[in-house]
Amino acid sequence: MIIRRAAALIVLVLATAACTSEVGGGASDDGAARRAAKPVYGDSLIEALLGDIQGLIPNITSDSASHTIGNLVYSGLVKRDESLRLVGDLAESWTISPNCLDMTFKLKKNAKWHDGRPFTADDVVFTYQAMINPKTPTSYKEDFKAVESIEAVDAQTVHVRYPKPYAKALQSWGTTMLPRHLLESYVNEGRLREAPQNREIPVGTGPYRFKEWRTGEKVVLAANRDYYDTGPYISRLVYRIIPSQATIFLELKAKGIDSSSTLTALQYKRQTDYPAFRRAYQKFRYPSNAYTYFGFNLKDPRFADKRVRQAFAHAINKQELIEGVRLGLGREATGPYKPGTWVYNPNVKRYPHDLARARQLLAEAGWSEKNSDGLLMKDGKPFTFTLMTNQGNDERKKIAELIQASLRELGVGVDIRILEWASFIKEYIKKRRFEAIVLGWGIGQDPDQYEIWHSSKTGPDDLNHISYANPEVDEMLEKGRSSCFENERKKYYDRLQEILAEDQPLVFLYFPDALPVVATRVYGVVETPNGIGYNFTEWFVPRGLQRYTAG
Amino acid sequence: MFSYVLRRVLIAVPLLLGITFISFLVIHLAPGDPVDFHTGDLSPDSSAQAKQMLRKQYGLDKPLPVQYWNWLTRLARLDFGRSFAPDGRPVLQKISERLPITLMLNVIEMAIILVFAVPIGVLSATRQYSRFDKATTVFVFMGFATPDFWFALLLILLFAVQLGWLPASGLRDINWEYLSFWKRHWDFLSHLILPIGVATFGGLAGFSRYMRQSMLEVVRQDYIQSARAKGLAERVVIGKHALRNAMLPIVTILGLSLPGLIGGSVIVESIFAIPGMGQLMVQSVFQRDYPVIMGNLVIVSTLTLVANLLADVAYGLVDPRIRIGGRRRQ
Repeated sequence: MIIRRAAALIVLVLATAACTSEVGGGASDDGAARRAAKPVYGDSLIEALLGDIQGLIPNITSDSASHTIGNLVYSGLVKRDESLRLVGDLAESWTISPNCLDMTFKLKKNAKWHDGRPFTADDVVFTYQAMINPKTPTSYKEDFKAVESIEAVDAQTVHVRYPKPYAKALQSWGTTMLPRHLLESYVNEGRLREAPQNREIPVGTGPYRFKEWRTGEKVVLAANRDYYDTGPYISRLVYRIIPSQATIFLELKAKGIDSSSTLTALQYKRQTDYPAFRRAYQKFRYPSNAYTYFGFNLKDPRFADKRVRQAFAHAINKQELIEGVRLGLGREATGPYKPGTWVYNPNVKRYPHDLARARQLLAEAGWSEKNSDGLLMKDGKPFTFTLMTNQGNDERKKIAELIQASLRELGVGVDIRILEWASFIKEYIKKRRFEAIVLGWGIGQDPDQYEIWHSSKTGPDDLNHISYANPEVDEMLEKGRSSCFENERKKYYDRLQEILAEDQPLVFLYFPDALPVVATRVYGVVETPNGIGYNFTEWFVPRGLQRYTAG
Repeated sequence: MFSYVLRRVLIAVPLLLGITFISFLVIHLAPGDPVDFHTGDLSPDSSAQAKQMLRKQYGLDKPLPVQYWNWLTRLARLDFGRSFAPDGRPVLQKISERLPITLMLNVIEMAIILVFAVPIGVLSATRQYSRFDKATTVFVFMGFATPDFWFALLLILLFAVQLGWLPASGLRDINWEYLSFWKRHWDFLSHLILPIGVATFGGLAGFSRYMRQSMLEVVRQDYIQSARAKGLAERVVIGKHALRNAMLPIVTILGLSLPGLIGGSVIVESIFAIPGMGQLMVQSVFQRDYPVIMGNLVIVSTLTLVANLLADVAYGLVDPRIRIGGRRRQ
């Protein structure tokens, strides 16, 4: 849950991932023939969404379903390619001044809105104005507040100026662009949400045009033949809203849907491992943009002691945990960055499973005596705490149980408490009424994690729930977000990872793998460090294999 | 009679007010904040400022009594407000697009349940402890005890995945628009078979048991004895004299299940991906979408009160004892 919600705009823009190290299965006739096939138009692709979309303007929604649809209907100035580099989307090219303060975009000349009007620099300026308008109910304002001025130099040129270097500047222009000629009055009146473009007639510049939205039932999109880039080849997309994961799985088995990324580890590994399924679907596997952690309230004097946290890290066997909880479908985490990405630093302190070392660390922290229940004692009190997590996430429940068993071996008593999501966040996380938690963080494409680790971000609506404060971490975060050169930023984030690994403000557990499957008849699907969705417009179905002729 | 109805209607108004006030209070006391669901509660990109602005926009920054008063005055003009969800659509529109399918499913279900439950109940009562009685008892209790979601998934697995006879979920085929007239109807119907089957199986037990119980009581009455003594055929005794009297309590229960018709089953709707009232209600509760929750509650509680009133009035009309008793009290 949290992972899906926490995943910010950028994460959702490109269902991404890093290094692919293992392909799950794939069709038998893979390889040369598939790659050699020439793309053709036609056919429909049916996918499932777990929840209904909330609106048709992605800039003012924050659920993943709305962004899935929004990113097909709209487009931004830049996007990420297969190796996660930023490349032009609506922008033909851009230049950045050496001091990182000035950015000039040249826009593509052939880009058009779905109503036929040309897309111009003025729309970029409008999107900026819409985003910073205090009446616009968006959660993606921060990036645009960093802008000092913006100006449409001519119809195809936009110039943006920043008062100080801002690392996420270029990436932030991946925001979906909005049409001035249709939305200006709604933005000015603060009624963007009520605009017909948010409900029945969205007008974007993306590869697919909106066709139909039946509340709670389906969303239908049709290929935009005036798209400024290659494709899209698949003529029609149907997103069926199926709120039950079990039903999605059965629909896949019945071939009622063509693609899904909601399979559980068990379904992916065991329940789909039969010849008919392998013939019908290509399976993919790569680390997702999220990690699961075991976190502490650092205001609690017991957890404020670094040695206690390190002892816990040694007590948990991460490999065994990944095996037990995800059937091995995940990668061990050593910090908040995904292995295989440019920012990842492999040379940090690691905590191999070592109970003797854990006991020694606890003893150093003053936890050496045991009471008659076998619990460690200090100042006459036994070491027991409550571990909380949210309801409805089986994985986290199992993790809590495994942690409970591991810590029990050290003589630490753990009570597990599972709470409904909203009350958990509002009453316990935000009010800091917790001792320890099992939760996850979604990570963005940019390494900036100021909001999560900076010591100034510990207010009730802020995200540093664990109240972590380390002056050197603060410094690295501040420096890292104010440079626009990758090699310079890398230095700061390498150091950040070293400190976090040493400090263990939370025990980083694992990055679960994304486990999508796509019908075999769809060609052009490739697993890259950026997952499979980045080249969606190039997917196609060879004529002889097309299943749906209508539309 | 008129003054009786009038009095009941007048009592219903403060009752309804009380219900809405308590519901309003309880919902707002529940932890969680509608605003969090907009901004993605733990999204690193959403600022505290943005949340404050949304709270203000929705009037959530005002004291609770003020919020209730504002809601109530709008309701008095039949304005249910707009949903807090990012689509921001009027509550009535959201409810009205989901009501027909739920209503239809529930009415069909109820009809099927009655068609089966009444004969089952009558037959098991008249043949008490017979093999039929025992078999149906086992059968209906199996239905009662089987978890809906489990039974639903098994049916999908059998009829959609293994046999391929019926669609697994949804309401219409994705090529529905391109089908011929008759095929469209068949397609729609075929999507309803499994969900209705599941709900009916589960609901059969209650009604057939009530019917059996009520019938058992009636057949022990003296007037049934005298009907038999008159030499009437058993078919007439049971079918005419006994059944009519035995149906009275069933009619009451039926009246009370009226509000339930718009309620929708969350489990059945989620598993079969049917966009009905049950799903709407659960989503709005999870999202703390106060206007939708309250709108739903007002409609359901009004219906319950109306159903109660109708049942009482109908009873008075049908049963002379109640009518006369009422007059005497006056």
